Amino acid sequence: MSSVVLFTIVSLSVLGVLSAIILFFVAQKFKVFEDPRIDQVEENLPAANCGGCGFAGCRNFAEALVKSESFDGLYCPVGGNETMEKVAQILGREAVAQDPKVAVLRCNGACDFRPKTNQYDGASSCAIESALYGGDTGCQYGCLGLGDCVDVCNFDALHMDPVTGLPVVNDTNCTACGACVDACPKDLFELRKRAKKDRKIYVACRNEDKGGIARKNCEVACTGCTKCFKVCPYEAITMNNNLAFIDADKCKLCRKCVPECPTNAIIEIGFPPPKIKEPADVEATDGKTGPAETIMKESKESINNKEE
Amino acid sequence: MLKTFAKGGIHPPENKLSAHVTILDLPVPKTVSIPLSQHLGVPAVPVVDKGDAVKAGQLIAKSEGFVSSNIHSPVSGKVVKIDKVPDTSGYKKNAIVIEVEGDEWIETVDRNGDLINTFDYSREEILKKILEAGIVGMGGATFPSHVKLTIPRGKKANYLIINGVECEPYLTADHALMMQKGEEILVGTMILKKVLDVDKALIGIERNKPDAIEHLTRLSEKYPGIEVYPLQEKYPQGGEKQLIKALINREVPSGGLPIDVGTVVHNVGTAFAVYEAVQKNKPLIERVLTVTGKSISKPSNFRVKIGTPISDVIEAAGGLPEDTGKIISGGPMMGKAINDLSVPVTKGSSGILILPEPEAKRKKIDPCIRCSRCINVCPMGLEPYLLMSLSQKNLFERLENEKVMDCIECGSCSYTCPSNRPLLDYIRLGKVNVGKIIRSRK
Repeated sequence: MSSVVLFTIVSLSVLGVLSAIILFFVAQKFKVFEDPRIDQVEENLPAANCGGCGFAGCRNFAEALVKSESFDGLYCPVGGNETMEKVAQILGREAVAQDPKVAVLRCNGACDFRPKTNQYDGASSCAIESALYGGDTGCQYGCLGLGDCVDVCNFDALHMDPVTGLPVVNDTNCTACGACVDACPKDLFELRKRAKKDRKIYVACRNEDKGGIARKNCEVACTGCTKCFKVCPYEAITMNNNLAFIDADKCKLCRKCVPECPTNAIIEIGFPPPKIKEPADVEATDGKTGPAETIMKESKESINNKEE
Repeated sequence: MLKTFAKGGIHPPENKLSAHVTILDLPVPKTVSIPLSQHLGVPAVPVVDKGDAVKAGQLIAKSEGFVSSNIHSPVSGKVVKIDKVPDTSGYKKNAIVIEVEGDEWIETVDRNGDLINTFDYSREEILKKILEAGIVGMGGATFPSHVKLTIPRGKKANYLIINGVECEPYLTADHALMMQKGEEILVGTMILKKVLDVDKALIGIERNKPDAIEHLTRLSEKYPGIEVYPLQEKYPQGGEKQLIKALINREVPSGGLPIDVGTVVHNVGTAFAVYEAVQKNKPLIERVLTVTGKSISKPSNFRVKIGTPISDVIEAAGGLPEDTGKIISGGPMMGKAINDLSVPVTKGSSGILILPEPEAKRKKIDPCIRCSRCINVCPMGLEPYLLMSLSQKNLFERLENEKVMDCIECGSCSYTCPSNRPLLDYIRLGKVNVGKIIRSRK
């Protein structure tokens, strides 16, 4: 009996040792060399696998970073400059800092402003609705409100506002990965430069119809009247296809265009109301010039902020 | 047992309300708006300007590239604007708007209704006439006809198939056309035969139109090489691939064209348009369409000028009923709901269907119960339930492997689904995305 046990142990051990030797040589022969820096770089990436960099995931991006000569066109929007700095240290290169960005929705056509002209009862997806027709309001450019953007957001930065029927961006959570930009069939999301205190001024409209038609279909549509274009001191506003666009890189957030807009299509977010900010000044001067001066002061302030 | 295609298919209630109604000419509207993109392919480019006076039959937009089509003015009058107007696509697209004044025609058009059944043109002459007349597939797909008639090098057609199936419920435009313009269709078929250099033309007609079968069979005795085949009623027999399978038992390979199996398919409406273009020099400026629905007072077949607003057509059929829930351009299976009554009739409008509110509403979507009915009815042998979930999950490579691009969008799956799942909606979305990927590879 004991001889059987002994035989088993010996034969298995011999087999094991033999296999180990074969495997060792096989492993030597078929060894895949992988740059150890790829692992290091990957450890420093956010591991969100969101695809915001344009690669299939963080690992893929890490490989691209290590292989590439420079960081041209390679940027992790989620990790931002901090992550890119760390990666640059590992790879011994210079990181190019980019301005942090945030997604904004260029449509303000809430139910109250943009009445429905027909009922859509198809599958609940913006992509499907927009493939079928212009949408259930008179504006074929505006938000369809079925939340394709909310579905693709990995960072909980978007939710639908039940009152307006529009998605709302949570600036704190938004990493500017660009998933919503790709998902929106109407191309309503834009990644804009993040300003101090998340202040924003932008034209919340993409309606390219002529003024009258646009206005008829939506109370807050940009009619292409060019008033903002004329008043902008920084040439940040461009007019194209009956539509104004504010270039976030040129805009100094002076707010001059905001009161000019006859349809309130230009939205300002994150600013304190002018009267509350410096009430003494407004009262001191006569009523008409007061607010304008306040705006001017603030514009100077914001310019100063930029220069800092 | 009559011929039909092998795989799948359904037979929804036919509801051919206007089957025996004579085609009436709709009065010329006050203004027409003629979209520049009424065909598959590149939109035409306008050759008239705002303020120009145009005559009926005059070329107003020229085809741009090979897969494109000429557009002619259906009326005489003045071009008031070239601007974006809503069309059947549900979007505003560029169109030429003409205000009607008088009734002047260009001189070359023969407006006499007499039949001319002899022709002595060469193949090239006929092709040129078809190209210039801006003829597109009248069955609804609006594929430019001259492209189909230009056989690629190394291929040979041995059958011409004329599609008189009209398997869509409600629609009767082709039926009425076959009854009233039967001989013209046959002459058009002879012309098409000559272009393709084939000996045999087969006309497929479903047996729910016995009068049309009888009528065309009798007429075809005079025209050598044309045979009429009655077919079993089954949707979507009017699909090119299904009709080829039914008539000559050949299967178009995946991703292939009918010419790959030696045949070309044209609709009866196209055959008639070819007759008018070649024998009468009349460009494609009007078409026959059905206005129908259980709730409207006079379901009818009209010959309508391209560009006529749909509201005019509905008015002529007794007006829009109170309880209308949906207005569909096309048939109930493949048609598309429209959201604006000013949408113009285009070359591809085969019908206008008005559905009352309760019938128009989609039913509640339930989970898939794995009954496999969608697989059984798919005429292309696909698995719609799988394609839908792959499309929802954005698994485009698998979608491509599952042959999503073979889907003909007949809607049999959505029609038959007991859980009312929006199968075709998602499959169509998948097709768009996979199509983009395929194009980007090139």
